[in-house]
Amino acid sequence: MNKTMSVEEIVGSLESGMTIGIGGWGSRRKPMALVRAIHRSQLTDLTIVSYGGADVGLLCAAGKVRKVVAPFVTLDSIPLEPHFRAARQSGAVEFAEYDEGMFMFGLLAAAHRLPFLPTRAGLGSDVMRVNPGLRTVRSPYDDAEELVAVPALTLDVALLHMDRADTRGNGQYLGVDPYMDDLFAKAAARCYVSCERLVDPGKLEGPPQTLLVSRMHVTGVVETPNGGHFTDCGPDRSRDEAFQRHYAASAADPQAWAAFTERFLSGDEAAYQEAVRRWREEEAR
Amino acid sequence: MSVTRAEICVVACAEAWRGDGEILAAAMGTCSILGARLARLTFEPGLLTTDGGALLTAEPVPFGAPAGPAEGWMPFRDHLWLVQNGRRHVMMGASQIDRHGNTNISAVGEWERPKSQLLGVRGAPGNTICNPTSYWIPRQSTRVFVPRVDVVSGVGHDRAAELGAHASRFHDLRRVVTDLGVFDFGTPDGSMRLVSVHPGVDVEQVVAATGFELVVGGDVPETRLPTDEELRLIREVLDPRSSRDREVRA
Repeated sequence: MNKTMSVEEIVGSLESGMTIGIGGWGSRRKPMALVRAIHRSQLTDLTIVSYGGADVGLLCAAGKVRKVVAPFVTLDSIPLEPHFRAARQSGAVEFAEYDEGMFMFGLLAAAHRLPFLPTRAGLGSDVMRVNPGLRTVRSPYDDAEELVAVPALTLDVALLHMDRADTRGNGQYLGVDPYMDDLFAKAAARCYVSCERLVDPGKLEGPPQTLLVSRMHVTGVVETPNGGHFTDCGPDRSRDEAFQRHYAASAADPQAWAAFTERFLSGDEAAYQEAVRRWREEEAR
Repeated sequence: MSVTRAEICVVACAEAWRGDGEILAAAMGTCSILGARLARLTFEPGLLTTDGGALLTAEPVPFGAPAGPAEGWMPFRDHLWLVQNGRRHVMMGASQIDRHGNTNISAVGEWERPKSQLLGVRGAPGNTICNPTSYWIPRQSTRVFVPRVDVVSGVGHDRAAELGAHASRFHDLRRVVTDLGVFDFGTPDGSMRLVSVHPGVDVEQVVAATGFELVVGGDVPETRLPTDEELRLIREVLDPRSSRDREVRA
């Protein structure tokens, strides 16, 4: 039962038009190596479901995205994601804009094969106006309260980045926050996990409650050291703030972005990591 | 050393949590984060505060400092559940706010094709309909205090009233703090009211920086000054690097 795959095999198994959920949160523990592989793939017309960060931005910049489903898109230490902004302001992408809690309820519903879950979040706000498909549901009990019926955010595929995983596909996080990664895994027909370090079965160390994602929900796993770069990844790697600033500054100008793409995104993951290493050397001088 | 505007703002933010007891004081923005921790260190010791991440800290920590010992764990998923639970008073930011307290952090212009895409609604819809909410706005102007927000991210009093008394029973906008003054919604129709002006600010200045008709009583008091102990805590304990001065200019 060995589920190890290459980044190329994982992305090669995806199809244009799919609904893809991406784990992490903002600029935190994003499966960026997999996102970069989608960036250089032929895939198009994707629906991206994400607590959005540079994953959403990069894929928008590459014209891979038809629709974004998200409560926000942010780089955290840089509040606004430049590529997502540009895509919205040019009308290049559709947007289903949800409250953060609504979004979690949508994942919870999908993860438990429910058509919807009720919540107050969204009532009275323009989330109801800008998502005309959203419906409310009335309590059958005496209170008769009317609540938002958040539809299940069912995914074709989920992509996650874990601090550790084993070759069977069990995923572990070692930072302070699991984000919603287990829900993404359960909400998806197929889930792929990239990880900082891959270990043999039985060799995941740490408290059992850090074993977040079970192999029963995982189709394939790949070791991608520093594969979450430039986002914040658990105890191993904090966010590469300098590189994130470089990313955001480059995004602001077409020529600078072309240069960024040429330098960092025209080769495979190993080429990316090498280009980043050299960039850091130059910056340190 | 005289008291700075930023220090007055920190104390005005802290005052938002007075009387809240044992709930989570959630804050975004430098002065509001400092305010939550200051309130906990002084007049509201029951408050819970975070390190800005997933940890509920055993003691209020200095701005930007490591968490130190934790007394609880509040990853994003539990934070979102806590919103539904209600034992939380959040002080958010806003790019636009109107007379009834509707706020926008989503987009400026037409939502369908915004002139300026901002963060997205984030947790504002859930926050405002589920638990007490206040706002901290570091630079008040007619660009922020607008007649009508472009996208309702945070729910105001008129929108809450439309939902009916039952559905909006947890809607509770407490106050708005800016670099110029303090506001609440203590009027019959939930319109914004000027509560106090910060020392050195006059009422006309506040009115000029407000793009809607503000309810102003006859005699508007000044926002209170920090006590000596509060100043010591702000300057020596919570914010020795004066991060507050980068948010509110002296």
